[in-house]
Amino acid sequence: MTARIPVVKTPKVYVGGAFIRSESGRTFPVYDSGGQFVANVPQCTRKDLRNAVEAAAKAGPGWSARTPYNRGQIIYRLAEMLEARADEMTSVLRQFSPEWTTAAEREVAESVDRLVHYAGWADKYEQVLGSANPVAAPFFNFTITEPVGVIGIIASDASPLLGLITQIAATIVSGNTIVALASESTPYPAITLGEMLATSDLPGGVVNIITGCRKELIPTFATHTHIRGIDAVATGDDATSLRRGAADSVKRVKVRQPDIDWSSDRAEGVYEIRHFVEFKTVWHPIGA
Amino acid sequence: MAITLDPSENESASKDSKKKHGRRQGMPELIFGDLWEYDPAPETADPRIRQRYDLFIGGRFIAPQSGEYFTSINPATEQPVTEIALANSADVDSAYMAAQLAYETVWRDMTGRERGKYIYRIARLLQDRAREFAVAESIDGGKPIRESRDFDVPMAAAHFFYHAGWADKLAYVAPGRTVEPIGVVGQVIPWNFPLLMLAWKIAPAMAAGNCVVLKPAETTSATAMKFAELLQEAELPDGVVNIVTGAGETGAALTGHPAARKIAFTGSTEVGKLIMRQLAERGTRMTMELGGKAANVVFEDSPIDQAVEGVVNGIFFNQGHVCCAGSRLLIQESIADSFVHKLQQRMASLRVGDPLDKNTDIGAINSREQLDKICDLVESGVAEGAKLYQPACPLPSRGFFFRPTLFTEVTQSHRIAREEIFGPVLSILTFRTMDEAIEKANNTMYGLSAGVWTDKGSRILRMAAELKAGVVWANTFNKFDPSSPFGGYKESGFGREGGRQGLLDYLELS
Repeated sequence: MTARIPVVKTPKVYVGGAFIRSESGRTFPVYDSGGQFVANVPQCTRKDLRNAVEAAAKAGPGWSARTPYNRGQIIYRLAEMLEARADEMTSVLRQFSPEWTTAAEREVAESVDRLVHYAGWADKYEQVLGSANPVAAPFFNFTITEPVGVIGIIASDASPLLGLITQIAATIVSGNTIVALASESTPYPAITLGEMLATSDLPGGVVNIITGCRKELIPTFATHTHIRGIDAVATGDDATSLRRGAADSVKRVKVRQPDIDWSSDRAEGVYEIRHFVEFKTVWHPIGA
Repeated sequence: MAITLDPSENESASKDSKKKHGRRQGMPELIFGDLWEYDPAPETADPRIRQRYDLFIGGRFIAPQSGEYFTSINPATEQPVTEIALANSADVDSAYMAAQLAYETVWRDMTGRERGKYIYRIARLLQDRAREFAVAESIDGGKPIRESRDFDVPMAAAHFFYHAGWADKLAYVAPGRTVEPIGVVGQVIPWNFPLLMLAWKIAPAMAAGNCVVLKPAETTSATAMKFAELLQEAELPDGVVNIVTGAGETGAALTGHPAARKIAFTGSTEVGKLIMRQLAERGTRMTMELGGKAANVVFEDSPIDQAVEGVVNGIFFNQGHVCCAGSRLLIQESIADSFVHKLQQRMASLRVGDPLDKNTDIGAINSREQLDKICDLVESGVAEGAKLYQPACPLPSRGFFFRPTLFTEVTQSHRIAREEIFGPVLSILTFRTMDEAIEKANNTMYGLSAGVWTDKGSRILRMAAELKAGVVWANTFNKFDPSSPFGGYKESGFGREGGRQGLLDYLELS
């Protein structure tokens, strides 16, 4: 009797709610920590990035129009999905680096907790960030927040799951939609995350995750006019290139250092949400 | 008010509109404008502008290391007003050194309560000398005395008074976190509201515990230097606020200085992008308050007479030198003809002339360069096929003046509908449905402000939600307050000024 041959999964990127390969057909191989070949991962192109931005832009109005309560429940549902598949995610992490042998469980648990944290913010940040303004004239004057639009995320190599989830959750909770470039050195956890997103209630296109080469894609992230903000783990030339390109369309750029402690309380909270909201002030006269 | 039967002799471009409004012929109409002579009512207070201003660094007026000065002129007369020091990079450097020293030795560690008292002092001193500052502002910048007296100067004082009170309450700016000052901030401001923009920049920075190096615009430095005198009177510790003067090169030295922990800029989107590129490598924190091309949307059920006043205020306030000016008027088609007619009537009564005359509605254009830019865009409007209307108001024989102007038959692709004109020029488009209005209003790279006029509450709230702009004025326009955050979406910039939201942009979360 012959042994059963396992069925190996073909990794695909998650764009517009669908699993796709790169339009170019390009891939790059990933190896486990023992140097063993694992799979070929799509090496997405600038065209793939532009398609993902289009998917994110299309999903934006619907996502931001949902009630905060609904967005909160969907992010909470995502936490449920990740918790339920924690073992799978843990083993994916362990596969790629010896340091994850002991740390993987914690990385996954903290990722779940972070999602729960942001799920709770969905219907609360507005009351912390917004205001009614006591102007010196007979006007009703208030300031509310609105999502910025499509946000580009350049994920961390050091924390390929918790870092990415932190960036995603803080950004989508307020109604933004995103295109995230997964860690180049460890893209596999992000691909697995895409599969979990697909089984949560998150509408297609709200979170789009692509894999590929930072150097190739960063300039397009920076200059794409429809990307209105960037949250990047980057240093040196990458950071400069993002900021310089962002100037063309006056987009806001948040650059994080690679050694950021994603577990820290400071890596989460309402001021992380604040970075990618617009403040809108409305005036109306008070009178007959 | 006078009543006449036919207004045509008072309007230069009324032939067509008369045809459209044939029903009005023979009906009495209220006509203002040139039916009688106004006696001039000049403001005569002494502006106390010195013949020459040095740089204000480390609490003292010091001569520029360049040894150079440039002349600031009165745009209404083209006569010299004063000489302003030209700061070079060495001067900018010493300003930052003074600021850094003040930050480390005095300001950072002063309790909020005491810091606040200095800012209150500044507010009071400015109120004391409000009239003198208003006259100086009008002479140096060309804005009508009515506006500098009733808006710019009192609002500047209000900004200091408001922010003074925050200095000992910073724990409430970011609940759940502690905050710290950023350090030394570099600030560059435009020429349209010289003293008010200075107040918008300096007051929150000081309240947060930061020290400042500020550069006013080269055509409007006089009130900033008078403000420096006032800082001496307030006995503000040396170096907390430093003011350097000059043009673009001075500005580039200021924004590019390594000691700047944050750059706050108000000005054109073009220069904002240059600064963003300049700081790309260093990654300096920034707030940007840039250009605008606001849509002012008038629905058929709006309170028409108030809307006309609002539209006039929205575009002709401060000669239209307003980044949030309502420069695109979107009128619902059903009322377009009658609304434009009323607008033209109202425009005929605007008085253009001597900024120091209390009757003046529209003063002088700030500079010849700006006047040329306005003329160029207006010519493009005519060339591209839009229809021009200007009332036949008399203009002074010298100085930089421009008639209030409106264009009808404007399409979205016209330059006058896309580019910021920064002058008294209104481009009028029409719409049929709310969705069309929203799409047209948002069809711009800018997103600073917008206006909506309607009697229907739910429509106001829907429009307020849909208009992609940082400030939405509903049934009003061009209203400002220190407690009310101001700033743009999209290429109109990022960060806010005013309110708790603006103050947090001057603080570091620790």
